[in-house]
Amino acid sequence: MATDAITSGVGGPSAESVFGPPRRRIGEKLIAVALFCAAATSVVITIGIVVSLTGETLTFFADQAVSVSGFLTGGQWTPLFSDPQFGIRPLVQGTLIITGIALIVAIPLGIGTAAFLSEYASPRVRKAVKPTLELLAGVPTVVFGYFALTFFTPTVLNSILGLDVSVFNGLAGGIIVGVLIVPTIASVAEDAMSAVPQSLREGAYGLGASRRQVTVRVVVPAALSGITAGIVLGASRAVGETMVVLIAAGQLPTTSLDPRNPMETMTAFIGATGKGDVPTGSTGYKAIFAVGFALFLITLILNTISIRFVRRYRQVYE
Amino acid sequence: MSTEEPLAGAIVRDVSDQDATDQHHAPVPTVAHHDVIDESIDNAVFVTEGLSVSYGKSPAVLDVSLRVAEKEITAFIGPSGCGKSTIIRCFNRMNDLIPAARVEGMVRYHGVDLYGSDIDSVQVRKRIGMVFQKPNPFPKSIYDNIAFGPKVLGMSGSMDQIVEEALRRASLWDDVKDRLKDNAFGMSGGQQQRLCIARALATNPDVLLMDEPCSALDPISTGRIEDLMHELKETVSIVIVTHNMQQAARVSDRTAFFIVDMDSADDARIGRLVEYGPTDRIFTNPHDTRTEEYVSGKFG
Repeated sequence: MATDAITSGVGGPSAESVFGPPRRRIGEKLIAVALFCAAATSVVITIGIVVSLTGETLTFFADQAVSVSGFLTGGQWTPLFSDPQFGIRPLVQGTLIITGIALIVAIPLGIGTAAFLSEYASPRVRKAVKPTLELLAGVPTVVFGYFALTFFTPTVLNSILGLDVSVFNGLAGGIIVGVLIVPTIASVAEDAMSAVPQSLREGAYGLGASRRQVTVRVVVPAALSGITAGIVLGASRAVGETMVVLIAAGQLPTTSLDPRNPMETMTAFIGATGKGDVPTGSTGYKAIFAVGFALFLITLILNTISIRFVRRYRQVYE
Repeated sequence: MSTEEPLAGAIVRDVSDQDATDQHHAPVPTVAHHDVIDESIDNAVFVTEGLSVSYGKSPAVLDVSLRVAEKEITAFIGPSGCGKSTIIRCFNRMNDLIPAARVEGMVRYHGVDLYGSDIDSVQVRKRIGMVFQKPNPFPKSIYDNIAFGPKVLGMSGSMDQIVEEALRRASLWDDVKDRLKDNAFGMSGGQQQRLCIARALATNPDVLLMDEPCSALDPISTGRIEDLMHELKETVSIVIVTHNMQQAARVSDRTAFFIVDMDSADDARIGRLVEYGPTDRIFTNPHDTRTEEYVSGKFG
């Protein structure tokens, strides 16, 4: 009889008699709901941005003066002229050149900084350098913009290097954007390098490897996925950077490849036009959204490529 | 000491053992623990004299004097924290990687002061290989793991041949010859550790330091590594740190027993060498009561 009760679960003691009366946990549920809302906010906002961009972009292409092929291939960008041209190539080109210059500056500086902090610096030096780097990351970009315009272009590029650049030029914009993203790349890369297990370093040192060999042949390959993530994050920031290029690179959409000349990036166009007196609803106004949408796509493609790259070259340890 | 005529070796050792016995069985234990230098060793690869290591302000191991014989297996045993790993890490200057570590006293490698001002620690590690507690293959292919050392050293000759020879010496070749390009992480733990041994052997080291090489392995893998050590002894001198007394008894020719002392003054734990001698003697006829208690399993 007793065994029957246990095996069938019928007639045994009630849950309440063993565990006490059940308690309702309303607080628990409220917290879960609140946390879900917090997490949902960013998702909802992202969706909202995509929806509003898409809507305005579609009305832009519905305009008589605009053709999709002209937008994608045209070499002239004059949306505010009486005879407007909407070829986005000059803006994309400006963005890519400035991002390219920025990465040429920032990748060696960023990875070098990360390797120094992670592999070479004594704890005391690291303690001094890391906050300085974070300070650099905290400087408002508008300050960088005027630094490029009033000091870097006239003093460094023209007087010291004698490059004969325009007052507004892509080179200064690109280099200073590069300086701007060094902390991003350095910080993410340094985290990745520090996360490489000490046992791998010891293994390499134990074989008679020098510090440079340990860094280059063991630590960097093992941290490559993190380093790549840092570079992509930096590239995304460079593509999206507005203030520095608006101030230092000028607002001349051009197909010239010479970075000593003024050029306009996609973000600079959006920034400059958005704050100007374009009538709402005009084609020029809608062009802002079309450029924004193109910018969104470029970033998306960049991130997708980098995720693939990271997956392929990741070295798994442990 | 090392100039004694060979025939007298046994006698000299007996005398020194006798001294040690008297020291340790003195009615009141003295503060100074007498470190036994096994004087019969005249082909020493390492000689330490008064070797002490401290991390920051706290000493980790104090006043170790011993000789490690060439082409033998020397085991360091003792409870956790007794400094046996710390000492082995002085032999290839691995402690240099810990900024706070300070080494005092003398370590001689074939008579050369390892901590001399003209010694490059990178050069030292090219001659003295090391295998670690946890298998630590690089996240690369099996082939590239073995080739790492020879490449770093700029060794000449056919890399394929170097890799094959190293894998054969670690009796791993037959297991992996068909998958040299596979990632080393696909191997079992025991294979990974033998890969690490092969990796160390690829640079033709004179000494192999093994820091608890079997503590993460199952008994079968452990057995294979012990067999391997017996084979390697023909060509390299081996120093092994182990928690496992049976392992020390099985593989080693000589055993050094370390202990942790609690320093009553500031609660510091300090490692010391208690006794050193031929392994069978340490296990069957220990002179120090602490060694006897440890090897008979009464503590530790």
